[in-house]
Amino acid sequence: MAIKNKKLNLKDKYQYLTRDMAWEPTYQKKEDIYPDEQFEGIKITDWSQWEDPFRLTMDAYWKYQAEKEKKLYAIFDAFAQNNGHQNITDARYVNALKLFLSGVSPLEYAAFQGYARVGRQFSGAGARVACQMQAIDELRHSQTQQHAMSHYNKHFNGLHDAAHQHDRIWFLSVPKSFFDDARSAGPFEFLTAISFSFEYVLTNLLFVPFMSGAAYNGDMATVTFGFSAQSDEARHMTLGLEVIKFILEQHEDNVPIIQRWIDKWFWRGFRLLSLVGMMMDYMLPNKVMSWAEAWEVYYEQNGGALFKDLERYGIRPPKYQDVANAAKNHVSHQAWSTFYQYSQATNFHTWMPEEEEMTWLSEKYPETFDKYYRARFEHWDKEHKEGRRFYNNTLPQLCQVCQIPVIFTEKDDPSVFSHRQIKHDGERYHFCSDGCCDIFKNEPVKYIQAWLPVHQIYQGNCGGADVATVVEKYYHINPGVDNMEYHGSPDHQRWLDIKGLKPLKSNNEKKTAA
Amino acid sequence: MTIEIKTTSVEPIRNTYSAIARRFGDKPATRYQEASFDIEAKTNFHYRPLWDPKRTLNDPSRTAIQMEDWHAVTDPRQFFYGAYVGNRAKMQEAAESNFSFCDKRNLLTRLPEETQHQLLRLLVPLRHVELGANMNNSKIAGDAIATTVAQMHMFAATDRLGIGQYLSRIALLLDGSTGKALDESKTFWMDDELWQPMRKLVEDMLVIDDWFELTLVQNVLLDGLMYPLIYDRMDAWLGEQGAEDVSLLTEFQRDWYKESLRWTNAMIKTVVGESDGNREQLQSWITQWEPLAYEALKPIAEATTGLDALDEIRAELAARLKKVGLESTGVQA
Repeated sequence: MAIKNKKLNLKDKYQYLTRDMAWEPTYQKKEDIYPDEQFEGIKITDWSQWEDPFRLTMDAYWKYQAEKEKKLYAIFDAFAQNNGHQNITDARYVNALKLFLSGVSPLEYAAFQGYARVGRQFSGAGARVACQMQAIDELRHSQTQQHAMSHYNKHFNGLHDAAHQHDRIWFLSVPKSFFDDARSAGPFEFLTAISFSFEYVLTNLLFVPFMSGAAYNGDMATVTFGFSAQSDEARHMTLGLEVIKFILEQHEDNVPIIQRWIDKWFWRGFRLLSLVGMMMDYMLPNKVMSWAEAWEVYYEQNGGALFKDLERYGIRPPKYQDVANAAKNHVSHQAWSTFYQYSQATNFHTWMPEEEEMTWLSEKYPETFDKYYRARFEHWDKEHKEGRRFYNNTLPQLCQVCQIPVIFTEKDDPSVFSHRQIKHDGERYHFCSDGCCDIFKNEPVKYIQAWLPVHQIYQGNCGGADVATVVEKYYHINPGVDNMEYHGSPDHQRWLDIKGLKPLKSNNEKKTAA
Repeated sequence: MTIEIKTTSVEPIRNTYSAIARRFGDKPATRYQEASFDIEAKTNFHYRPLWDPKRTLNDPSRTAIQMEDWHAVTDPRQFFYGAYVGNRAKMQEAAESNFSFCDKRNLLTRLPEETQHQLLRLLVPLRHVELGANMNNSKIAGDAIATTVAQMHMFAATDRLGIGQYLSRIALLLDGSTGKALDESKTFWMDDELWQPMRKLVEDMLVIDDWFELTLVQNVLLDGLMYPLIYDRMDAWLGEQGAEDVSLLTEFQRDWYKESLRWTNAMIKTVVGESDGNREQLQSWITQWEPLAYEALKPIAEATTGLDALDEIRAELAARLKKVGLESTGVQA
């Protein structure tokens, strides 16, 4: 065959190897093949304008990913063989992994399911292929995380039933409802929520702090996973930005819809990140940076630049960004206070910071820590040392949207809880903030369905009437082993054995059952 | 003499995750087990999907097939992500060396014009069928509720994209990477009467809602006839036309299909074995779709291998289904 045209460039060649395999259907109607593409009101006039965010054919994908897996599993094997868990900074660190495995890994799996679905839904084949690549990457992450933490599970408590707990434990409904919300939305909102808000805007505040925490605390298995996932994450971030620009460029009617989704998913993401904030400030024995510093760099600076860039599409920064920015000096302390009090119902241990950690917190939070939080923490520490470790046995009021207990304070007054309520269809609903309340008002039919753990316990849907039964039988938490105070716990004892140190005095081991 | 490195022995407090221990006992688990069982959400979903308000997320009723526990369907290849990409990396290495061998020696471009035309008309349009298979398997991966089932379909989805890309590259070898041959080949898919029953079937499959019906039609019935016809019988027929070198470029598909039989057979066997209700449901789908798959391939067989070859393959599929207590109509098995 004679060569008549000129050779394809890389971009066109990739298009021939992906979207050109698609065709305009004639035997079935397009809207029957892609039934979910219309209902959100997003207008796509020309899918051919889609810019492939990365160009990776399957053969190259298999090759690169297999090389990465080979290296990763070699490290996992070496880690297990050499009992690498003995080299971490302190066993308190493992509690960050418990939070990760039960709070984040199930989201990777949910992302796999969500991307597999939207990877079928779009009529633009270029976008479908990019979503499918992310789907299989997310499956990778959920599985390699099981393997990275498998060795820890053999030597520490509280990591043993993460997916079961993700479906049930009160605070895990925070991440779960976040992803359920995205997955139950239409395909364009799913991408705005996960590809843009979650992967692009917030990944440095969610995924990265756990991996940096691993690096700072001698956790070779997890940090190696983190490095191995880095190039996947870079692809996912590129997709996130392409998605948003593509939708905005397609039609001006899309702008207000996207703006509403950005407002919603920024706020939901910000609330979810409270868990990461407390992990960074309180759960890492060797700290990477404070939550407030991370928020300043990764949201206020980087996010600020991003939203400046999006201005030309008519997009403004997320609503209530000012509230979130002001909250950076409070959320981690308020969250840790809550988890400390309710540790009888968590799958990880809590503790009061040691004196040098208190000093660090005072330095990092000069405006707030000494003024609002130190006295409470010192009081709890003293109570504990005198044999009265504090546990709160009153179940808290949860926010109908983010599902975090109503624990956060007003922007202008840290001594007043932020609490909103409205009536809808004769029922009263409670919220932690205007941000969550707005989200509810936009889609009340969705949020009245929320599976609120505290309500469910009171309604008798969690296997028992009292918290102790729910925790043990329904949550699969081994009381006093997986949960409650760290000092004197079996994990603590084991760690002292590993390090050849003497156990602590017995009055530190007293536990007040819930 | 042996060398002996002294290590401290550390006794584990448990051997695996609780969910794995509940299934297999508290003993060291395989990586396949820890990656594939009970890692998905199962209950207490918060919101009904806007796109399917009658059901929940991860709803078992997205197929008429009922299983006490979908994890009963497992992968005989024991593929989790790492094992999967490792395997495919080896297969692509072989494919790559075949493609570069053909390219270097101009094995395709020295074929007679007519044979090159036949490749564009009869082989390369299958890339569109592969894209349909890719979409279908991605849908199934999103709908199937157990990881053991979902991941096999995700792997199939990316496999089918890859196979579509290998088929496309045959045309790129023919036209010197200009895309002209792919454009020409696509006109056959769109307009040539030979392909219309197949294109109609593929489009009809794209509106199947029940995910297990879809895996049956795509991965068992259509593939069960199409892969042996194209990559075995038609491959031999192309050899008779002097185009035996094309075999080098479809080796991946032959290896792939042989391997895929392992999981599709195991899946059907388990699902049929679960209940008579499942068997009857599968049977009714087979009765409906198998003749359509046959009809879609008929013009291609007639233009190449002759209809006898397709009938033989049809009998082979019937024999394969009969082993698990299912019948396909239209031919004596």
